Amino acid sequence: MHRTGELYGHFQTLDQQKETATLGMWVFLVTEILFFGGLFLAYTINRHAFPTSFGIAGNMLDLSLGFGNTVVLIASSFTMAMSVYCAQTSQKKWIPVWLIATLALGTVFLGIKFVEYKQKFDHHLIPGYHFDITYCSNNPAACGLSGQELADEQKEVREAIDAERDYAKQQSFSDPGETGIAAVNAHAQLYFSLYFGMTGLHALHMVIGAGLLLWLISQSLRGRFDANYNTPVENIGLYWHFVDIVWIFLFPLLYLINRHLA
Amino acid sequence: MSSAPITPPGGEKMPREHYLNATYGIRSWLLTTDHKRIALLYLISVTFFFFIGGVFASLIRIHLLTPGGYLVTPETYNKLFTMHGVAMIFFFLIPSIPAVLGNFLIPIMIGAKDVAFPKLNLLSWYVYLTGGAFVLYSFATGGLDTGWTFYTPLSSIYSNSAVTPAVIGIFINGFSSILTGLNFIVTIHTMRAPGMTWMRLPLFVWSHYATSIIFVLGTPVIAITLLLAGLERMFHLGFFNPAYGGDPILFQHLFWFYSHPAVYIMILPAMGVISEIVPTFARKPIFGYDFIAASSIGIAVIGFIVWAHHMFLTGQSTYSAVAFSFLTFLVAIPSAVKVFNWTSTLYKGSISYDTPMLYGLGFIGLFTIGGLTGLFLACLGLDIHLHDTYFVIAHFHYIMVGGAIMGYLGGIHFWWPKITGRRYPEFLARVAAIVLFVGFNLTFFPQFVLGYLGSPRRYSSYPPEFQVLNVMSTAGASILGLGYLLPMIYLTWSMRYGKVAGQNPWPATGLEWTTDSPPLTENFHQTPVVDWEAYDFEHRPELGLSGAISKKPVPTHGDD
Repeated sequence: MHRTGELYGHFQTLDQQKETATLGMWVFLVTEILFFGGLFLAYTINRHAFPTSFGIAGNMLDLSLGFGNTVVLIASSFTMAMSVYCAQTSQKKWIPVWLIATLALGTVFLGIKFVEYKQKFDHHLIPGYHFDITYCSNNPAACGLSGQELADEQKEVREAIDAERDYAKQQSFSDPGETGIAAVNAHAQLYFSLYFGMTGLHALHMVIGAGLLLWLISQSLRGRFDANYNTPVENIGLYWHFVDIVWIFLFPLLYLINRHLA
Repeated sequence: MSSAPITPPGGEKMPREHYLNATYGIRSWLLTTDHKRIALLYLISVTFFFFIGGVFASLIRIHLLTPGGYLVTPETYNKLFTMHGVAMIFFFLIPSIPAVLGNFLIPIMIGAKDVAFPKLNLLSWYVYLTGGAFVLYSFATGGLDTGWTFYTPLSSIYSNSAVTPAVIGIFINGFSSILTGLNFIVTIHTMRAPGMTWMRLPLFVWSHYATSIIFVLGTPVIAITLLLAGLERMFHLGFFNPAYGGDPILFQHLFWFYSHPAVYIMILPAMGVISEIVPTFARKPIFGYDFIAASSIGIAVIGFIVWAHHMFLTGQSTYSAVAFSFLTFLVAIPSAVKVFNWTSTLYKGSISYDTPMLYGLGFIGLFTIGGLTGLFLACLGLDIHLHDTYFVIAHFHYIMVGGAIMGYLGGIHFWWPKITGRRYPEFLARVAAIVLFVGFNLTFFPQFVLGYLGSPRRYSSYPPEFQVLNVMSTAGASILGLGYLLPMIYLTWSMRYGKVAGQNPWPATGLEWTTDSPPLTENFHQTPVVDWEAYDFEHRPELGLSGAISKKPVPTHGDD
């Protein structure tokens, strides 16, 4: 495809080219909504089916880390918006500065996410053979639990077990694998499968976004973007905001429902 | 009404420079961003998968010659029909018309130099190949026996075949569909030539616009669904596994949310092809342009809310079943609008029976049968009897083979002069079209009867009293196979030895016929300006038809 300046040969004008790229990005974001939509649907249906087990599993998440990440991500949206603004107003020196800030915040987010995943691993909350929702209430030292927190957690586990036992009785399940602690563990694993699926897919989008930012930074350092040509900045900005918004939905769904604040 | 085909004026010369000879060498093909070359790359690869799927189909039919089925073991039989379905649906039918004909024609039809995102277009082909490689790997290393539907927990827990690479392959392949759909939507919005208004778009473009909506909205859902099923299989997670409280029915809902609209991905582009062929060979403007255009969008939209009619027997609530049954009946309306409008276009037309028209007329008949039997299946009561029988097989093969493949072949013949600059041997092509029609009906009509008598699908053996119908079906399949081989041979032959076609051999009214055959890399010598309505033969003296068509169809006798 031959190119004259920033105008590719199959377009007539820069305006047409920009409109095309922007529409393409919006259509892509629509496909992304549907892509995440399948997960959100699976989560909602199962949350509705197993409210107690999902509730206790959700309470195992670290609220402060999740909240911290939300703040970091919203801040990164601000810096991204600033870089788009600087591109549109031809403040060429400031574009890479804001982009680098965005990249840094994105990296902080992924770092915190890594810490969280590590913590879940230590607490036996990875779906699989060693999954044990009672691990922390049985080994409070390993999880740094004590006093009121520990008592709360043990109470919750007991409540969840009772709730699953009642549910099994009501549905007349007889298999011991479907009642009590076995059921809590099964359904909590379902929760954590969805948790890792949803946040993992989101993190993957963040990694891709970080790659795009690296490219944008290198281009903006060469002074490629100004008021006349800034489509890549705008479109990658759209993508970045979209990934943010996904988190804005993930955070309350995964962390906040049924949360008991001390 | 004359039945003689219109012969093209003689003495046509190939243009000196065109997209096929603009550059040479393997790199110029593998790294091309020209939508026409990418279309040809797709043509070769979908034909390859069609061949693979066809081999599996032949093995199935040979196996079913006898009630006991001696050719393969029941386990292998499960793999044969699964791999037939996967190869045909995901790697042939879905990309066939959009990625080959749509890719080649949409930019030319709207007067653009290329699609909106030429590099993404090339990427989509490589994504398709990557997905295809995974699926072939699965076929070669244990096969696949879950049925093309991948129902859990069979696919995620119990199956011992190579499900994981197949699921990865189809997941990857989905992104090629998404890229194609995205490209078409944006191209149609932003790349139209001056004067090419929305209501002047060829109906082929409208139907591809509708198809692209489904590509863009549906494919991501199947991608995430198969991803979850694959993760469940690989890491023993519980999304759809009842042991963890997961719900297998949820998988079916998500699967059909895409896979029912996917049926419209296969049929809508074929309807677009027919909407081009019918007016061309009836020499009449299409009847009810806006209704046909709107019905394409209508099918795409309603098609999204009918999926649970695949699940009437899963124990869903009666109210939900009634709603889905009603909505399924509703989708028949826009489909019927199209059939009636094509028929009305033929009325008092000056019809010539060139090969594309034979496919077009075949499509109208077969699609009508396939569509009406779909209504049988939409009936809640009748579906209990017909569910998972050969009736369903016959129904959807009437839509997919009788509809989509007939449309695809009709389109390939119709635009072959544009794609290659040469004409195929007309007589042979007509013979092939008739052979296909006969072979197809002999293969699949007996299956309606089989299904009505209660023969279930996906079984490797059947009671002896069903043998006659099965033998008829297998006999038809061999005729059908011959019908497919013939075009492969003579079309390949004609690329080199066919008669030079000239710009507009039929003649037809679309913008693509106003440029060279084959076109330049940039499609047009200068950007075209459109000042005529779609399918207008009357105000187009350059078509050379002024004597052949009457100004207005006047009823010859009274009140018709």
